[in-house]
Amino acid sequence: MIPLLLKVVRTGIVTEPAPGAEPQWRERAGAIQQEILRLLGRALVIRQVDAGSCNGCELEIHALNNPYYNIEGLGIRFAASPRHADMLLVTGPVSRNMENALRIAYEAMPDPKLVVALGDCGRDGGIFGETYATCGGVSKVIPVDVVVPGCPPPPLAILQGILTAIATPKNGTPGPS
Amino acid sequence: MDTPFTRTIVTREQWVEGAWAVRDAGGRLVTLWGSDNTDRGAGFAVMAAFVAAGGVRVLELSLAAGEPYPEIAGLFPAAGRMQRALHDLLGLVAEGARDTRPWLRHGAWREGEFPLRRDFDASAARNNAPADYRFVRVEGDGVHEIPVGPIHAGIIEPGHFRFNIVGEKVLRLEERLGYVHKGIDRRFAAFAIGEGHRLAGRVSGDSAVAFQWAYAQAAEAAAGAEPPPRAQWLRALMLERERVANHLGDLGALGNDAALAFALSQFMRLKEDWLRLNAEAFGHRMAWDRIVPGGVDADLTGPAAARMLEQADAIEAEVRVLREIFDESSSLQDRFITTGRLTPDQAHAFGVTGLAGRASGQAFDLRCDMPCAPYGELAVRKVVFDAGDVAARVKVRFEELIESLRLIREIVRRLPPGELRRELALPPARAFGVGLVEGWRGEAFVALEAGEGGAIRRCHAHDPSWHAWPAVEHAVIGNIVPDFPLINKSFNLSYSGQDC
Repeated sequence: MIPLLLKVVRTGIVTEPAPGAEPQWRERAGAIQQEILRLLGRALVIRQVDAGSCNGCELEIHALNNPYYNIEGLGIRFAASPRHADMLLVTGPVSRNMENALRIAYEAMPDPKLVVALGDCGRDGGIFGETYATCGGVSKVIPVDVVVPGCPPPPLAILQGILTAIATPKNGTPGPS
Repeated sequence: MDTPFTRTIVTREQWVEGAWAVRDAGGRLVTLWGSDNTDRGAGFAVMAAFVAAGGVRVLELSLAAGEPYPEIAGLFPAAGRMQRALHDLLGLVAEGARDTRPWLRHGAWREGEFPLRRDFDASAARNNAPADYRFVRVEGDGVHEIPVGPIHAGIIEPGHFRFNIVGEKVLRLEERLGYVHKGIDRRFAAFAIGEGHRLAGRVSGDSAVAFQWAYAQAAEAAAGAEPPPRAQWLRALMLERERVANHLGDLGALGNDAALAFALSQFMRLKEDWLRLNAEAFGHRMAWDRIVPGGVDADLTGPAAARMLEQADAIEAEVRVLREIFDESSSLQDRFITTGRLTPDQAHAFGVTGLAGRASGQAFDLRCDMPCAPYGELAVRKVVFDAGDVAARVKVRFEELIESLRLIREIVRRLPPGELRRELALPPARAFGVGLVEGWRGEAFVALEAGEGGAIRRCHAHDPSWHAWPAVEHAVIGNIVPDFPLINKSFNLSYSGQDC
């Protein structure tokens, strides 16, 4: 136990602080928190769905949970069920074998049903295109609010995508001005 | 040629004899694939790649339309799913196969349609109706069934697991995969040979470097080309950095799955440092698309080299402290030891390679057994344990991580000067090559056949997860359901790689 506690103490808090070494990151992060508080109360809950990704995007979503980005500290949390989610974060070109599961997850989600499509293949099928096996992008299957390009998009771009989605008014619902 | 190989056109008898010979010599099956040659006035061909006697042996059997090939799953059980996939994609029938259920075809294309055939109508609109799947049923007092997936609870790739349990104990697990099938084999034909590495890297993103190196080997073998020495060393640097990144992430996640959240924070912090230096040095956090046919597309500058040496020392010091904390955490060891045991016999039967294989006594490491440049000069230490449990797979990761840090230091210090890339001469039509690379998970394989004018006629990529997925079904038997996520994570197999 003592080595563990020593390691914790010696590591300290690595989350990049507001006026610290990476100021523009913290600015964006701060803005995210304000938007979430305004729109959704205390937290944004995300359900991630891999709809045919190569698993590269998943690696970068995992990175969002590391102490540098500390996404939970910003009030953003990943949920196990779409029924608990405000947002669907979808990766992959949507393989035809995941098309139905993705649709079911979307239908299970309560309003506002925000959808962020991640990566070049989430945008339009990317390198996999639209083929017998792939639908050619998330918007071919469910409505998409924001597309984050990249292969894979780095963690910061994913955060930006989430921000953009909650700052955009959806289907006439009043958003922040 | 980085991966020595032979390719033999065989008769039906030689096909069977060849498979037996490999098995008797202690060799293993790498993969099965096929090709539609009707455009050449021929029929079809089925190919099998084995590793035997220090090289890759490819057997190719020509088939008339409708003619079956002798199945080999009786000799190599991992071939069972490959034979099913081969039928789904190309319509080749494995004669004598016991399991003929579809594997990759869920309903996106109709029975009797085969996407890898030249007469397949890719533009036809299809009603995507998932068909019923005959899971094996377990019956008896108190047995019940838990279906899980395809969408899982965490940030994980999709797949379906069907547990049959009594109380909390798993009697039987049956996997159903194929959900992230992206039609990559067919898609390769849309790429020129000089560009196909980009698609190969996306077979499984966590192993992009391994697959891009395997693809480059295959393309270079087909073209009769050799990459410059500096490129070979830089490839190894990227591969070892990919190995370290994945081991760091997995060790954190394994600690977390056994309720040591501390481990996740610590290891993910180290992994982030690692990826940031990749971005600085190579312009991509995971060094994707930097290994290209003919060489590499990134160099290591002096300052980046110095940072890598510093970082290897710093990370090693931190990992050694974390390892002690793992070793001393009785609650963690209690979850790890004896959990999810894959015996050496089971691992051998399925031909499990890579870290999961080496944790179950399978002493294969291409970096030692058939080293391509520069590994012959690096004397890689092979890490092998016999216990086959979660604890053994954790130990392999720790030891290989430390060994990779040593390799990285050595590579950076000895990096030869010179050019990074040589223009790849256009391989003639029908030229053939293979690549086999020891990725962090296991052996990544690519076979490539050139078409006219630098086109890809046929390219097949094979992820080592094909062999380990069926082994997981055995490793979980007798364990409790709540340990399944831990066991699954300890293998950390690729869904995308096996479905691709």
